[in-house]
Amino acid sequence: MAEDIKLMKGNEAIAEAAIRCGCDAYFGYPITPQSEIIEYLAAEDPYNKRTGMLVLQAESEVAAINMVYGAAASGKKAMTSSSSPGMSLKQEGISYLAGAELPCLLINVARGGPGLGTIQPSQADYFQSVKGGGHGDYNMIVLAPYTVQEQYDFVKLGFDLAFKYTSPVMILTDGAIGQMMEKVTLSKQLPRETTMPEWAAVGKPASREHRYITSLYLQSEVMEKKNLKLQAKYDAIRANEVRYEEIQTTDADYILVAYGISARIARKVVRLARAEGIKVGILRPITLFPFPSVRLKELAGQVKGMLSIEMSAGQMIEDVRLAVEGTVPVKHYGRMGGIIATPTEVFINFKKLFNIE
Amino acid sequence: MTVDIEQYKKDLLAQGAEVVFSKTQNLTETPFSYCGGCGHGVVHRLIMEVIEEMGITADTIGIAPVGCAVIAYEFWNVDAVQAAHGRATAVATGIKRTNPEKFVFSYQGDGDLAAIGTAETVHTCNRGENIAMFFINNGIYGMTGGQMAPTSLLGMRSSTAPYGRQHDMHGYPLSLTNLLAELPGTYYVTRQAVDTASNVRKCKKAIRQAFENQKLNKGTSLVEIVTNCNSGWKMTAPQANDWMRENMLPHYPLGDIKVPKTDN
Repeated sequence: MAEDIKLMKGNEAIAEAAIRCGCDAYFGYPITPQSEIIEYLAAEDPYNKRTGMLVLQAESEVAAINMVYGAAASGKKAMTSSSSPGMSLKQEGISYLAGAELPCLLINVARGGPGLGTIQPSQADYFQSVKGGGHGDYNMIVLAPYTVQEQYDFVKLGFDLAFKYTSPVMILTDGAIGQMMEKVTLSKQLPRETTMPEWAAVGKPASREHRYITSLYLQSEVMEKKNLKLQAKYDAIRANEVRYEEIQTTDADYILVAYGISARIARKVVRLARAEGIKVGILRPITLFPFPSVRLKELAGQVKGMLSIEMSAGQMIEDVRLAVEGTVPVKHYGRMGGIIATPTEVFINFKKLFNIE
Repeated sequence: MTVDIEQYKKDLLAQGAEVVFSKTQNLTETPFSYCGGCGHGVVHRLIMEVIEEMGITADTIGIAPVGCAVIAYEFWNVDAVQAAHGRATAVATGIKRTNPEKFVFSYQGDGDLAAIGTAETVHTCNRGENIAMFFINNGIYGMTGGQMAPTSLLGMRSSTAPYGRQHDMHGYPLSLTNLLAELPGTYYVTRQAVDTASNVRKCKKAIRQAFENQKLNKGTSLVEIVTNCNSGWKMTAPQANDWMRENMLPHYPLGDIKVPKTDN
């Protein structure tokens, strides 16, 4: 049987992936540059012809994340998507999902900020996604695709990880990958799950105690215990779920650290550099949390410097610096306001920053 | 000294006693920690009794609010979900839409439903979600120490309106329930109380109606229950009920606001 291959927009790929991996429900609100996700799903009908998946436009991003929380509390595979200002609205809900230990998939198709910002792409939501955003001690797995295919694949991966750790998982992408069109190899259609997890609130039969989904623990000793349990979960995630890609790092004198659209730019920068005899490689984090700190520390031992390429004022660079523990200089280059720096521009500035002729 | 309740009951039965009333199995053994005189305890019991009498315990999911009833899970012996402040009806929507065969109810106070949660409340009703919404209106924020609520009356003192609510500063008391009854998505809207035995019986009927309506898939059932908050109002419980009858009920009159047309 021939493989299902389609030319798709990044946002559409997310929607198609959701249907194919057996997602139960999507709740969302329009915001540029990601409205195609809900539009694609809605075109399949509110109760999707293929799988009966629910697609509901909520009255706000706040309502949408709370609908996800409800569906997740009953054991369903639920997801929502938005872009930066809308993700800010969801932070309360995300903290609740993390605290109540519920699985779900969140998609941020990041745009320029702060505030209403611009509809052009940016990578300035790294702090919000990786360092919290919502209140309290929690983390969530953050997956950063850099092709439409990865964006497609990470939907099922995201749900699998969410249910493995009963925790929210985020795909942090950007307006460029959301809008670009690339070839996607589609997976086979999976059925929606009919057996709910043993912690889900589904209605109490006489044979068991009642289940209560909550993040409230008024007694300090209990709250601390709960937090220690969450921290142990995040430690397990750090130990088991780090993902990254290395490109030409074996002989590299300099490492570019970049994710998402910046990693696409970085690939060309490597070619430009090597054409001039400068040995440059890339460490592309695929998980922003857990961050590939261990590998970066190792690479720091062999290189003269690292450049964090990010479309922001420099957010991931802090994690790169923490990882290398001061052993090599780490610098940042990136434009803001939605401007994607060209490979040539990045290369020229890379040489300036590291005083290379 | 502890008492083994089960053994005590067995001993009484062995002596020839007859069971004429028992607490619903849908309430846990935990004694209510609500203030003496508060309506929450009565309403919890009525809702849990209705669920048990209808035989739908195994198919019911409740959503608890933020407010005094944030601890409802201590008392409700049904599967439940605690929601962020104001978001209970959005959470209920998420559960009901993905579990249409279940009975879903939300339980909220006046801040939860009519202040921070107003958008979710309005849109849940506008979509006509097939859930039972319970709205406990006592015109004050009890849990956080007696601040003004959207339903606090003009002139009513609270910790954030110590000289009394003034319309030019704070706006008017909000009868959100009446506005919601205007929406085609609401199927049954009623206002009840639990201050007298007669009102308790009427309230239980309304709660039962709200659950029965879910089988019809015809829209939202909203039961507002006006109660006192003697702690927040700084009165004794009997004084509070008198004050409620004299002041709250004229502004929030009891009775059915919207009932389904019988020729449907």
